[in-house]
Amino acid sequence: MSGGHIPQEHYTPQSKAEKWLDHRLPVGGLMHHLNSFPTPKNLNWWWIFGGVLAVCLVVQIVTGIGLAMHYVAHVDHAFASVEHIMRDVIGGWWLRYVHANGASFFFIAVYLHIFRGLYYGSYKAPREILWIVGVLIYLLMMATAFMGYVLPWGQMSFWGAQVITGLFSAIPGVGKTIQAWLLGGPAVDQAALNRFFSLHYLLPFAIAGLVAVHIWALHHVGNNNPSGVSVRNTSVDSAKKDTVPFSPYYTVKDAFGIVIFLIIFAVFVFYMPNYLGHPDNYIEANSRVTPEHIVPEWYFLPFYAILRSIDNKLLGVLAMFASIGILAVLPWLDTSRVRSGAYRPSFRWFFWIFVVACIGLGYVGSKDPAIRLIEQSEEFKFRDPAKADEKLKEITTADKSAEAAIQISYHKEEDGESYMEYSVKHVHMAFTMKNLGQLLMIYYFAYFLLILPILGVRERARPRPDSIDADFQAKMAKKRKAAAPAAQPAE
Amino acid sequence: MAESTSGEGTRRDFLYIATGAAGVVAAGTFVAPQVAHMWASWDVQARSSVKVKYNEVEPGQQIVADWLGKPVFIRRRTAEEVKTARSVDLADLPDPVARNANLSDESAPATDEQRSFGKDGEWLIAIGVCTHLGCVPIMNKGDYHGWYCPCHGSHYDLSGRIRKGPAPENLPIPKLAFLEDGETIKIG
Ligand code: HEM
Ligand code: FES
Repeated sequence: MSGGHIPQEHYTPQSKAEKWLDHRLPVGGLMHHLNSFPTPKNLNWWWIFGGVLAVCLVVQIVTGIGLAMHYVAHVDHAFASVEHIMRDVIGGWWLRYVHANGASFFFIAVYLHIFRGLYYGSYKAPREILWIVGVLIYLLMMATAFMGYVLPWGQMSFWGAQVITGLFSAIPGVGKTIQAWLLGGPAVDQAALNRFFSLHYLLPFAIAGLVAVHIWALHHVGNNNPSGVSVRNTSVDSAKKDTVPFSPYYTVKDAFGIVIFLIIFAVFVFYMPNYLGHPDNYIEANSRVTPEHIVPEWYFLPFYAILRSIDNKLLGVLAMFASIGILAVLPWLDTSRVRSGAYRPSFRWFFWIFVVACIGLGYVGSKDPAIRLIEQSEEFKFRDPAKADEKLKEITTADKSAEAAIQISYHKEEDGESYMEYSVKHVHMAFTMKNLGQLLMIYYFAYFLLILPILGVRERARPRPDSIDADFQAKMAKKRKAAAPAAQPAE
Repeated sequence: MAESTSGEGTRRDFLYIATGAAGVVAAGTFVAPQVAHMWASWDVQARSSVKVKYNEVEPGQQIVADWLGKPVFIRRRTAEEVKTARSVDLADLPDPVARNANLSDESAPATDEQRSFGKDGEWLIAIGVCTHLGCVPIMNKGDYHGWYCPCHGSHYDLSGRIRKGPAPENLPIPKLAFLEDGETIKIG
């Protein structure tokens, strides 16, 4: 199972012009390498998101440059300038809705891309660097999207900036100094908005640079594939048995995927442009009033849930960063040498539970942590407030930490006479949204730190195909069988 | 140039090290201003104090002043609220330190007496920025009836002390002075 270079036919310039150019700048060779790159022939639809992500980045940069021509990064004008873009700039609403929803769709694509990698073991040797560069791109995407969301200077923008920069104040000793340095002042204000704009403009180009490194690494080690088996790379001919040239095979397939993706994207942009946003961000920033429920954009919710699961500032912040950082060391946590989850019967279960846990964390992150999902309690009703007081005392003296309280409600007798009722509620057990988040968080970390290391040693994988070609032929045979008319008996 | 065989450095070694060191210094002088310019600028640092009229605040009310872009709660507590704040057992406080910039002793205990001002300690003046991640807590909410931070559920008591939730510290009390006119507080 060697990694490394996939043999590919050499480029020989044909025409005179090609020869002239190749002598001076070998772009022809580069184009040839990219176009005819030997790509496993058994890739499924989960492999289209690389292309989709490239389109997303271009869309964000192009619409972003347009927006930057009209946007004003000043606390007194930012909110109004975004409204100006929406109302007065010709096609401005289009630019902004494409950019705002584009960020969400960028994250949809990156999450599908990452889960694809998690399932098929794309992070395993020899793709560790390729994977880590991907994690870095994801981190920069988060930083970029966070700072972009601050720019329209609505209530969520402002308080998001406050809370996220507040994360740095958790660092013992120097935290508050670092926060003041990041903000350029004692609070989120003009200095912060202005520098966020500067960095929001810069970071996507840093992402583009990392994407080049990502593809460089990809073209060195080759694509993973659903079978997880490596391309036979002893010669050009053996590699050809397992692969097809990237173009036209995958350019066309990716293009088809991109079109479907863009259609769904367009539905959001044109029919529900604010569905993924938050109404509070249409209220201008107010440093005196925090909205009742501040929530980040949906793509940050799972991490937000982890932050809120721990009642200690430093530990909560550490857990949140660790939940992302752990991805970078994943190649060394998973001890199984079988790449593809398709041949790991127990892994598949743990993987799908992991997917559910991530979605669950996102749900918890969007809800009030105090919501009670399960509650076991007793209620004692009185009309006499003194009796209710007595009961409450009785409960709290029996158990000092008991959770009990009096609630008052108005009722009407049948004859129309109204009276007050004092009910003492004694809660024996409560399972809150926060507790659910804690459970899911434990699974999230256990997946990486316990399940994957142990499973790799203990699990018996199913037999894998001998080659990508064998996997491909088996799948094709199955497809043909399914397509054959039922009347004809199978040979 | 002949190579030295005595194990001492050659002229070339010296030049490598000198050039390298000069390069590091040059890079440092380039990076330092990049870090420096991101600190609060002079004009931001200059906005350091604010005066607020407090004479029209009734017991049970709170006004909010703006100091350095941060809200400052100026709360006139009722006698009963002061009593509640003062009856708390210090052992129940997650943060036992007063955090009052007006006290010379930085480790003064977080009794209500060390955090309040005025006749019978009716004034409580604290920076209204949750010590967790910086939201503005809401008055008269939460389990301790002082303030409640809606962001991640921190409960502060009537003395602005953290009692429950993720926030680590009591709401800090800024440097302040009651001016002689009897109706103005200077914060900062
Ligand atoms: C990785 C690529 C990018 C992502 C994920 C991203 C994300 C975002 C997000 C989430 C917003 C807030 C949208 C809203 O709610 O109104 C935003 C706003 C903005 N972005 Fe970007 N952006 C990217 C690239 C760029 C680039 C390259 C530029 C400039 C060249 C740019 C310029 C702007 C401007 C001017 C705004 C403020 C106007 C507005 O809020 O609509 N963005 N960005
Ligand atoms: S900011 Fe107040 S609880 Fe988090």
